[in-house]
Amino acid sequence: MSRQPYTAGQYQHLVSRVTPSSRMLVGYVRAFWVGGAICALGQLISAWAETLKLGEVTNPMFTTSVLILIGTTLTGLGVYDRIGKYAGAGSAIPVTGFANSVAAPAIEFQREGAITGVGARLFTLAGPVLAYGIASSVLVGVIYWALRGWLL
Amino acid sequence: MSRAGGQTIVYENPPVIAAHRGVAGRKEGQGPLAEWFDAILEDDLLGQKSWELAESEMVRRCARDTLDAAGLSAGGVDAVLGGDLNNQIIATTFAAKKLGAPFLGLYGACSTFVEALTLGAALISGGDLRNALCCASSHFCTAERQFRFPLELGTQRPPQASWTATACGCALLSGGGHGIQVTSGTLGRVIDLNITDANHMGAAMAPAVFDTLTAHLTDTRQSADDYDLIVTGDLGWIGRDLLLQLCRKAGVDMPADKLVDCGASLYSQAQDPHAGGSGCGCVASVSCSWIMKRIESGELSRVLLSGSGAMLSPTSSQQGQSIPGICYAVSLEGE
Amino acid sequence: METIMPFLKAFVVGGLICCVGQALIMNTKLTNARILVLFVVSGVFLTALGLYKPLVDFAGAGATVPLTGFGYSLAMGAIEGVNRYGLIGAFVGGVTRTAAGITAAVVFGLINALLFKPHMKT
Repeated sequence: MSRQPYTAGQYQHLVSRVTPSSRMLVGYVRAFWVGGAICALGQLISAWAETLKLGEVTNPMFTTSVLILIGTTLTGLGVYDRIGKYAGAGSAIPVTGFANSVAAPAIEFQREGAITGVGARLFTLAGPVLAYGIASSVLVGVIYWALRGWLL
Repeated sequence: MSRAGGQTIVYENPPVIAAHRGVAGRKEGQGPLAEWFDAILEDDLLGQKSWELAESEMVRRCARDTLDAAGLSAGGVDAVLGGDLNNQIIATTFAAKKLGAPFLGLYGACSTFVEALTLGAALISGGDLRNALCCASSHFCTAERQFRFPLELGTQRPPQASWTATACGCALLSGGGHGIQVTSGTLGRVIDLNITDANHMGAAMAPAVFDTLTAHLTDTRQSADDYDLIVTGDLGWIGRDLLLQLCRKAGVDMPADKLVDCGASLYSQAQDPHAGGSGCGCVASVSCSWIMKRIESGELSRVLLSGSGAMLSPTSSQQGQSIPGICYAVSLEGE
Repeated sequence: METIMPFLKAFVVGGLICCVGQALIMNTKLTNARILVLFVVSGVFLTALGLYKPLVDFAGAGATVPLTGFGYSLAMGAIEGVNRYGLIGAFVGGVTRTAAGITAAVVFGLINALLFKPHMKT
């Protein structure tokens, strides 16, 4: 016997009505300026790489690596989670966010040891990104190979 | 022991709460209930190697201080009843190992403390135990890494998410002596209205709280007017609102000024806890300090204390299952 | 003005891409991990369709720094790989072009675990 005054469907409707939504405009403004700033920083590092006479292929690699170093270091210092709370996707989508997703579990699971802790957990969040990113790039490569003759 | 209605036990020999302690973490110790806690932790790691050991140490200290207040040694305790949110309730088990007393491990998520009171009171009332130490704890850092994300990950919490309290509460139930009486206890049924959002625990639990509260009032032929205060454990602001709406719709009289939620009282909005506090330690520490002290001072004489748990695990929520809720309630009466 | 323009373009385009992610966070129940996967895979397929390269040429880091840019590098690498080595190049190119980023994340992540301790959120 149920005492519930609402069916599951009616209750879910009530829940969505009562639950406040995120403050939309503020969320977008923060994501925009923080995300934009990280990308502008990337542009700056890339300009710096040019003065170091890095080539067209090595320049982006250098830029990415420097951004990742910044991302992991800010994670270790406990700053990146605060930026993330403020900026949401603004700090999660840039490659520094990818670095954060690798470094955060590595720090958190130290106490479970070097192998099953740090080593395995390093990829808890980055693993899916690499798995599906690499797999889809192979798919694109294979399709390109198959269609190449016909395309050219 | 006599049964009342379908779910309630009216204790024939009501045990008393001989001693109680509520301990809070640093953030909780800066909130509106700060002056009520018996101890506030200086450091969330408590000098331990891991968050899990820190939580265990918090339980051990809280239990030891409760026993000291009752003038009892661990050897004099007939049973320790309690649990926490960690897998296989390791925080409480490791603390019980150090205490050395007989142990009954319980898991009811955030309802664990009231579950322990309900069960402990029954065992004492029935004459099987002379006393029972009921405890429950939670720690923000252990819960966060087990149920959500590593602490260092930069994520945004939605407004309906709750903040797991770093806190512990212990109450020593005794078959004789002076103190607050535990006069009846209502067992909960597992209620699930198909809420799947693991962030929205208040919504998942509110129907279970409604079920147990109405069962208690029906079984004991009482209404909300018979209590000075009806305390819910960890629904948060949104969940409390939902409970009021459920009562209104069902025609159950539930005056909003009598309904106090531990999770909605533990933090101020300025501390940014979103929907409010949660975790086994929240209802345990808030009721062991704020509520019980007010009963002892005579400000309150009859209180219905309920604790509700969202019975999800990382596995069940990753597999897309909805979140079952459970709620237990005990009535506390001043001398 | 000439010197500021690349930074301004990177800022605006990068910021807008992040806003797409923010819209997903606020309006859907997608978890962060799913959103990141979605961005990388979108980057791969947008590049394959020839839609992402013009954005990279226009905005530079504004298009390469977001995770869609990681997808862009993977797809460009796979295509270059096929041009150089044939079919096996599809398996070589993507990771080759992104090796620096992946390795940096792993190595700096490990060094982080050595240098820092977990701390309480404030």
